[in-house]
Amino acid sequence: MGRFEYYGEKGFPGVDLSELKGKLIVIEGTDGVGRSTHTGLLKQWLENNGHAVLDTGMTRSALAGEGLKAAKTGHTLGGVTMTLFYATDFADRLENEMIPALRAGFIVLTDRYIYSLMARALVRGADPEWVRQVHDFALKPDIIVYLRVHIDELITRVVQGDGFNYWESGMDLHLGEDLYDSFVEYQKRLLREFENMAAQYNFQVIETSPNIEEVFEQIKDRLTPLLRTPR
Amino acid sequence: MTPTMKMYGKHRFPGKLFIVEGIDGSGKSTQIALLQKWLESEGYVTFFSEWNSSPLVREVTRRGKKKQMLTPMTFSLIHATDFADRTERHIIPPLKSGALVLADRYIYTAFARDVARGVDRNWVRGMYQFAVKPTLGFYFRISLDEAMKRILGGRDAIKFYEAGMDLKLSDDLEESFRIFQSRIIEEYEKMVNEYGLVVIDASLSIEEQQAQMRQIVLGALAGTKKTRIRKWVDLSTMVKKGSQA
Repeated sequence: MGRFEYYGEKGFPGVDLSELKGKLIVIEGTDGVGRSTHTGLLKQWLENNGHAVLDTGMTRSALAGEGLKAAKTGHTLGGVTMTLFYATDFADRLENEMIPALRAGFIVLTDRYIYSLMARALVRGADPEWVRQVHDFALKPDIIVYLRVHIDELITRVVQGDGFNYWESGMDLHLGEDLYDSFVEYQKRLLREFENMAAQYNFQVIETSPNIEEVFEQIKDRLTPLLRTPR
Repeated sequence: MTPTMKMYGKHRFPGKLFIVEGIDGSGKSTQIALLQKWLESEGYVTFFSEWNSSPLVREVTRRGKKKQMLTPMTFSLIHATDFADRTERHIIPPLKSGALVLADRYIYTAFARDVARGVDRNWVRGMYQFAVKPTLGFYFRISLDEAMKRILGGRDAIKFYEAGMDLKLSDDLEESFRIFQSRIIEEYEKMVNEYGLVVIDASLSIEEQQAQMRQIVLGALAGTKKTRIRKWVDLSTMVKKGSQA
């Protein structure tokens, strides 16, 4: 498997990549696709198998997490600002949570990674080359599990779940008359961006279905070879 | 539809953007304040923008600095976030309206500081591609010794991040400041040609520097509207008219 690499030339000053012994597993997918359910199941499964696991998710950094929450309540962020605020939050978590855990030999299991951030920025009209470059300080994960969903299935899930929220509907983009129209259009665009990234970033694509056990079995199958390979 | 992002050098606005750069103690803030006084007295609409002024991001930055939570990368990113908010909120709208925007520190501050902290030179430049290219950028060149004399002579003590104390260059604050700021000067000097910054000799008298600045700015003002409303004059006229009626 060899040592970790950054997507870009350089990443964090002072971090020695050869010291990182753990593994980095990313669960990606759009809102409401079941990422957190599967992240939770995976954590248990990995721990049952004797791995130490750090699980982490978006917008929870010690540095910017609170600020992001406040900014979202006010709906006042411009597109470029929002992209960079999320990138700051992500960088803080990567450098101060994930990298130390990898150094200690943990499996880092993250619910979302830069791909969600990039998709959000792209649907808001950001320049693709700029978006890629801003996020290229990220470590290349060992595996990216992408939970794929069809828009109709997604709508069913969201209606039965927590309902449509402002940000998951991209209401700041004014794509539709109401939350529903906006949600459908926004999520379609996000899904398109994920599909565009799938080949480029080597996503392990798993078709989601209402059968959680079945999906989970597939995720485990994809992870098993990785867990057997030493770094 | 969301407008596609405009990149450095590609913005077209009726307004003009003048910025000043230099290390602490170079006197740049004094000079830009004087420039603003003059432009307003000439009847131009001006708008002043400071580094670290976005209310949205300020709280996060302040906390990060106070608790010394910032690493070179997060320091770089949080300042870029702040700058983006400033650009979207306080720089682009006045430029669109045809105003003169004056900025005390600009993207070159970030390029100098972040690279001095070990962040990749090309990465930082790439991240700031959304910035509006200034009409004129002034660099106030001063020796480190002279700047230190001015800083240590007055105002607040040197701050943790300004001295680059996060880099553990030296346990001594003043010594750390010296090492870090000399790296910053090195970066600024490289940018003079890279970005065509106008160099002002900051060892000259305040009046001489200001005269030079005004002359250069004057050359860039062709076609700029003077639309400033002289509020006190208008108000007094209105009062007179009102009392006569």
